[in-house]
Amino acid sequence: MAVKVRIPAPLRKLTKEQPVVDCEGKTVEDILANLEKNYPGMKERICDENGQIRRFINVFVNQEDIRFKEGAKTVVPDGAEISIIPAIAGGVR
Amino acid sequence: MATRGGILPWVFYFMSEKKIKALQCKECAHEFPAKATHVCEFCFGPLEVVYDYAAIKSRISRASIEKGPRSLWRYWDLLPVETRDVITLQEGFTPLFHAKNLGKLLGLNNLYIKNDSVNPTFSFKDRVVTTAITRARELGFDTVACASTGNLACAVAAFGAVANFRSFVFIPADLEPSKVVGAGIYGPTIIGIEGNYDQVNRLCAEVADAFKWAFVNVNIRPYYAEGSKTLGFEVAEQLGWRAPDHCVVPMASGSLLTKIYKGLQEFTQLGLIEAHPTRMSGAQAEGCSPIVSAWREKSEIIKPVQPKTIAKSLAIGNPADGYYAKKIIEATNGAAESVTDREVIDGIFLLAQTEGVYTETAGGVTIASLKKLAASGKIRPDELTVAYITGNGYKTQEVVMNEVNKPYIIEPSVAKFREIYEQISSKEKPHGR
Repeated sequence: MAVKVRIPAPLRKLTKEQPVVDCEGKTVEDILANLEKNYPGMKERICDENGQIRRFINVFVNQEDIRFKEGAKTVVPDGAEISIIPAIAGGVR
Repeated sequence: MATRGGILPWVFYFMSEKKIKALQCKECAHEFPAKATHVCEFCFGPLEVVYDYAAIKSRISRASIEKGPRSLWRYWDLLPVETRDVITLQEGFTPLFHAKNLGKLLGLNNLYIKNDSVNPTFSFKDRVVTTAITRARELGFDTVACASTGNLACAVAAFGAVANFRSFVFIPADLEPSKVVGAGIYGPTIIGIEGNYDQVNRLCAEVADAFKWAFVNVNIRPYYAEGSKTLGFEVAEQLGWRAPDHCVVPMASGSLLTKIYKGLQEFTQLGLIEAHPTRMSGAQAEGCSPIVSAWREKSEIIKPVQPKTIAKSLAIGNPADGYYAKKIIEATNGAAESVTDREVIDGIFLLAQTEGVYTETAGGVTIASLKKLAASGKIRPDELTVAYITGNGYKTQEVVMNEVNKPYIIEPSVAKFREIYEQISSKEKPHGR
């Protein structure tokens, strides 16, 4: 399955400044593995030492937060758009 | 004999009060220079200030604190600034008192109210802003800004005026008019955003990037948030140098609860108070209770919500420190409670009519939650409990305006007064009891 992955600015050094890259995979997990293969160093930025997606990174499949779906096992339809978005630490109280 | 070049650096080394070592990621522990930044470049976790506790320990004591100013700057040693020339409105060191009337009503024998609604701009936000703006000036900024649900806007505008900074405050366009006036009086530029606080916050993250201003709760956040620790320090000092048994704290982003706890821990670590297992409990409005929900469901994920509550100062649907607040509530065997808007209003009246403290909706959330926690036995009758009242009622008059007793208008004659007195003395009851 070919999908488009949106890369946030702080990770674009790894993709030679490309904001969107093409990837292959059936699930988010596959996509991340494929991303790591094409752009080494990506996985350790997005996942912790246990392979879990880091707490302050949100991954969206077609605008839907995968935490509210099947997490890394979330199935990715062909042509989907994946967004990797750092959660913004903000708030007031 | 030592040469001048040999001895002077050592003299300066021992005289130097430097205490900030770095910023460190709370998640992956990567360290960064102590500049204006708030997100870990590696894993995107939040950054926290790392102190040189050995140096701090060598000079701090109960006596040194007691000799300090009657403001939160008596805890200068534990705040993330290097300068002694702080930007201050004499904030902090607000009253802590034994709330006997309210305690009796709720069955709590040792209830204390920390009344932080009497700060210079009438909310606890003065604590975080004095810290943030002092650090911002130290880092070379001359423009201060914030994303705010109102109280922060007032504090940023006031401190911005005193520091002679340019000030920009970004607020949701539907904010309570008294908060807009409360900020506007100090002369900042106010930008009303057509959206909720979370949208304001996201926009500010982008503006902070583009404009390179000191956004107190964005790029200055690691320093800013530390100001809230003083609500832990003060309570411990005011109780005669001991930690309370139980704290009840309103939660929006969750930061305040985590920092009060951190304050108590730092005091313990520095030997200023004895180790004591303080229970931390958090309060939210039902219309915006993502942290309470996560605690109830024992979920690792704080699920964002669309806020819908009159407690606008707590209306953060996507709380940045929610995860950490929930962890502390669990680890300290505390509880989380949420209350309806009706209960919030009743809570405001209850505090006013028992203890004479008129608080805003956030305080109503705290008191209504306190009431529920006491009724369900989650707070034990003899626990030394501190309820934090963080904002002033004059900021949210709208919510009680139609419920307070209206004046009886009469002609200036004793006979008329007697007439009305007889009518009312049989039926009138205070609200919310």
